[in-house]
Amino acid sequence: MAQVTLRDVKKVYDGKVVAVRDVNLTIGDGEFLVLVGPSGCGKSTTLRMIAGLEAITEGTISIGDRVVNDVHPKDRDIAMVFQNYALYPHMSVEKNMAFGLQLRRLPREEIKRRVTETAGLLGIGELLNRRPKQLSGGQRQRVALGRAIVRDASVFLFDEPLSNLDAKLRVTTRTEIKKLHKRLRTTTVYVTHDQEEAMTLGDRIVVMSAGRGVGVIEQVDTPLNVYRYPKNRFVGAFLGRTPMNFFDGRLVEAEGEVWFVAGPEDAPSIRLAMLPKHTEALRGRVGAEVTLGLRPSSLSEHPMGKETAAHSTIRSQVQVVEPLGKNIDVSCELLDGSPMLARIDARHDFPTSGEVKFYVDMEHVHLFEPGEFGASLLHPEGAPQNETATLASDA
Amino acid sequence: MSDRSPIESATGPLAKLARPLTFVALVLLGISFVVPFVWQVLISLSDRSEVDRLTETGFPSRISLDAYVRVFDQVPFAKYFFNSFFVAGWVTLLQVITCSMAAYAFSRIQWPGRDKVFLLYLGTLMVPGVVLMVPNFVVILGLGMFDDYTGLIIPAAFSAYGTFLLRQFMLTIPSSLDEAAAIDGAGHWRIFTQVILPLARPGLIVLAIFAFLFNYNSFFWPLILTQSENLRVLPVGLLQFNTTYGSDVPAIMAAALMAMIPPIMLFLLLQKYLVKGIQLGAVKG
Repeated sequence: MAQVTLRDVKKVYDGKVVAVRDVNLTIGDGEFLVLVGPSGCGKSTTLRMIAGLEAITEGTISIGDRVVNDVHPKDRDIAMVFQNYALYPHMSVEKNMAFGLQLRRLPREEIKRRVTETAGLLGIGELLNRRPKQLSGGQRQRVALGRAIVRDASVFLFDEPLSNLDAKLRVTTRTEIKKLHKRLRTTTVYVTHDQEEAMTLGDRIVVMSAGRGVGVIEQVDTPLNVYRYPKNRFVGAFLGRTPMNFFDGRLVEAEGEVWFVAGPEDAPSIRLAMLPKHTEALRGRVGAEVTLGLRPSSLSEHPMGKETAAHSTIRSQVQVVEPLGKNIDVSCELLDGSPMLARIDARHDFPTSGEVKFYVDMEHVHLFEPGEFGASLLHPEGAPQNETATLASDA
Repeated sequence: MSDRSPIESATGPLAKLARPLTFVALVLLGISFVVPFVWQVLISLSDRSEVDRLTETGFPSRISLDAYVRVFDQVPFAKYFFNSFFVAGWVTLLQVITCSMAAYAFSRIQWPGRDKVFLLYLGTLMVPGVVLMVPNFVVILGLGMFDDYTGLIIPAAFSAYGTFLLRQFMLTIPSSLDEAAAIDGAGHWRIFTQVILPLARPGLIVLAIFAFLFNYNSFFWPLILTQSENLRVLPVGLLQFNTTYGSDVPAIMAAALMAMIPPIMLFLLLQKYLVKGIQLGAVKG
């Protein structure tokens, strides 16, 4: 077991293409850290630099107390699971798992014991004599996991290991990986482009982006904190199973409160009063262009006719209603024609057209500066300190 | 196959004729390949005096194996056989070793200027062998390999074509395998011998077949590089029937026929690999 530290790590290809820069991360001993982001954000490059498969252009990477910048992958005490599993096709499952141990000159009985034990743990004991070609995708996945686990390395690296599995298998394997980590408590760095995988697996997640032409870290925190307190619009948009709704508008001060207003002055499509606790912070921004971020789940059905809480409701025209079981997704259009998605509790008689009013949970709205990477106005530093502390101790 | 593809099941007068026409064309083509061989066998089984009349009679009046006996009587045919096998065998072995190592370096190791050097190496394929014959001869002479097995083997032990063939083959092996092996604790030598080579086996076999056949048939280089009788390889040896003993056509045919047996056997045994090798770089299956 070991802590992994990345300090000011930068990767430049061919002297000109900057893949990632300013990567500063400390992965605690036994922690499960997930790097997540769209393709091209440098998450795999970062993982491969930890593995030693890519050279580092600048900065330092340490595993334990040792700087490993120039250490060969085999001497870093790591094990890796590849996206395509990278099982040796000409070797049996047993030999695949034993290969690394043989190269480390472990005694034959010890190798046999470890392989059998790990195969048992993963339920692949029956498959030891088969070749990878004779296995299903899920079985290959397990063998790849087994090959990593059997080595008993200090750090596990996963490079999108579930992306070749079908949706159902992905979910079950995900759960298994989590169970396995709970049992083995090996420091793990896991790369995925799937935000749901990241949220469910990580003790902490690292959201990366390539939006500014270079891979950088946008936010590092526990899954719930990143979800609840995205530092900027990109993070807000990236996380969450349903995409966040964004509305461009401006801040206005009236009746002693700060309001978010979108659409024309006389007939605004949105007019929401911000919570009193944010008034102070937002007063300096009055008059400025801002973007409102609203998760579909922050909306709930508001009985028509009732005029209470007018300062936290949005009127819209229903376009499409999609029942999902417990919830329904309502795609609607605001007065100015901008689309909005709401995920609300399912109800049989929800109107499939006409006007509906949604109540907005103002505790969970987000305000960003304009632009794809606009910083959060309410939580520019991410989660409040006290919240981070409690959640971190839970994890 | 029970299912006929839409292309095969196309209808219309032309489509109906296509199959029999193709068949006839293939049969004719097949006959044109087989006839010379049959003719060769017939000549080798005829009496020496009868050869000239064979075009009229079409079949020898008496089947005789004399020509085969003469081949062994008049020249050290077994020695030629051995020499051909010995030289082609060594060349094949060495080519498989050198080409696979070069291919590994050109496909799996990153080093500055790699692809440019490879292009340069590949460029040597564009130079006709005849152009290099004299310089090669001078070099071999200088190295003291004239009229020696080494002179026949060493220059042929390296092949740009073989390197190219194996490099293309190795490029189809995913790089994550090397990476997995590196993390597992393997260095280049182990990755080469325990991961890449076993996976490149079909490519190695193809190269081995090509190298063996090419060198087994090699004529000009052994001709200019050897003088001694006991260094002659088969193609050079066949020449003896023309010069020393006039033109013994049945013996030449008999010798050529016997010389053909090993390549044909090789082809029959390993043809599935050959087809694979020809497909290499086309559609990946």
